[in-house]
Amino acid sequence: MAASSPGWLRRLFRDKKLGAIGLVIVLVFLFCGVFADWLAPFGMNQISPVNRLKPPSAQFWFGTDHLGRDMFSRVLYGARLSVIIGLSAASIATFISVTLGIVSGYFGGKVDMLVQRVVDAWMSFPELIILIAVVSVIGPGMPQIIGVLGLTFGIGGSRIIRGAVISVRENMYIHATQSMGAGTLRVLLRHILPNIMPPVLVLFSTRVGGVILVESGLSFLGLGVPPPAPTWGGMLSGAGRTYMYMAPWLALAPGLCLTAVVYGINVFGDALRDLLDPRMRGSR
Amino acid sequence: MRAYLVRRLAALVPTMLLASLIVFVTVRLLPGDVIDMMIAQNDIGSKVTRDALEAALGLDKPMLTQYFNWISAILLHGDFGRSLWQQAPVSDELLARLPVTFELGVMALGVAMLVAIPIGILSAIRQDSWSDYLGRSFSILMLSIPGFWLGTIVMVFPAIWWGVSPEVRYIPFREDPLGNLWQLALPAIILGTSLSAVTMRMTRTMMLEVLRQDYIRTAWAKGQSERGVILRHALRNALIPVVTLIGLQAPILIGGAVIMEQIFVIPGMGLLLLEAVSRRDYPIITGVFLLVGVVVMLINLLVDLSYGLLDPKVRYR
Repeated sequence: MAASSPGWLRRLFRDKKLGAIGLVIVLVFLFCGVFADWLAPFGMNQISPVNRLKPPSAQFWFGTDHLGRDMFSRVLYGARLSVIIGLSAASIATFISVTLGIVSGYFGGKVDMLVQRVVDAWMSFPELIILIAVVSVIGPGMPQIIGVLGLTFGIGGSRIIRGAVISVRENMYIHATQSMGAGTLRVLLRHILPNIMPPVLVLFSTRVGGVILVESGLSFLGLGVPPPAPTWGGMLSGAGRTYMYMAPWLALAPGLCLTAVVYGINVFGDALRDLLDPRMRGSR
Repeated sequence: MRAYLVRRLAALVPTMLLASLIVFVTVRLLPGDVIDMMIAQNDIGSKVTRDALEAALGLDKPMLTQYFNWISAILLHGDFGRSLWQQAPVSDELLARLPVTFELGVMALGVAMLVAIPIGILSAIRQDSWSDYLGRSFSILMLSIPGFWLGTIVMVFPAIWWGVSPEVRYIPFREDPLGNLWQLALPAIILGTSLSAVTMRMTRTMMLEVLRQDYIRTAWAKGQSERGVILRHALRNALIPVVTLIGLQAPILIGGAVIMEQIFVIPGMGLLLLEAVSRRDYPIITGVFLLVGVVVMLINLLVDLSYGLLDPKVRYR
């Protein structure tokens, strides 16, 4: 598998400067998320009425909100939530995409027909609308958000994997393995799966950004992870919104972080696609 | 052409039925009892008993019967049920809100095309120049900025600096066409620029591919002006996949419209959905959900039909 050799990393830094910047942003973001406990000067929900709505200063880097909570700490913990949601939902999504894509692409025929019609119907609904409808029934909360985001993105992404499987399926080495009497499962896992790894990796990396963006939109609408959890989307909505006119820094920090992270993931994903799977260029 | 249209419409039927099944399953079958939630969240519980509520919603019947009743009422009578709160037919509400979202969507799409196609062309004909680089960076940036944040910034900062804030009361088009367009312009621009990112990249990629074709060399060789080569020969051929993209982006556009309607208080389908969610008004939620799916499918059908206008080589069989 070409993806695991360090060659692509060297080429990333040599040929894809923007992608390398993206990788650095992503690494900083992961670092902040993992070590939020050590990095944050205050607790995420530590209230301090004396320090309400303080502008950014040496003590409070990003200022404080209407309850006197330190925005810098909250943004750091927000990074952790985004890391958790982004990685787990994107993993679920990729797993679903790969399973559906392989089944649909490898077996073809009636199975393919059936799966593709369901995917068609599913893809005519905006992710946000499905999520809003689901959350309205089961209530907001982290596990259900991760599950539904994973499912929604997973079904949509299965098309890309299906395409890759179909192009791999007709290769001579697959026919050779089949004629040597290898079982279906063995063909799928040992021969098809390793050969579709590049699009799978690219799909996963772009999914992380998509998930983070949609989750923040959902939290912004008050339907994501409920407050006081410091999600970036949630920090831009709710009670904080009325105070933004007095304390504009409340509107800046979470949005800037969100934009930077998604930008980093996007440019890194783009570079990764160019390096690993040039055929996918331009598709999105 | 007519045979093609009939066949396409026939093919839509199973997909739409599947879509309606998805809506039904999503809203009615998920864990978490709708009735419990309604009694807990609303004060309906004090006025109506649980059994009466179940009977009124038809939830006491077997699942398959419920689905059949629901879908046949929609198909035969256009009856989406009644709102749990206003007792008004959901279809009336949907019809009142759909044009608003449609207008916002069309304006956003217009903005997206106006931004994306010229920049995409420029990026392609000046490949690897600084303007190409700038255009591509801009497009990835627009893809990364969440619309709700841009909307918030646009609301907050002009208010602080100049004391300007957008009108909160919605101006209907019939009352004041210009005021209405002006009010929708800001959300449409925000929605449109974020949408333009993907379109711009697609335009660029397709233009680059088309510009390498033999017939473009022929056009140059016969002494046609740059303008003629780019617009008459290249763009027209490059545009077909770009149009397909519009169909693929329809769900993204509608999702974005929900957020814009919330920020700018525009009474479209998105705001209706969010209001219904906060009041747990399930007939409205299912109605919006289903209507959005059907609209997206019809947009994709229109996109497919438009190929014939753009590309004379396409014949519908």
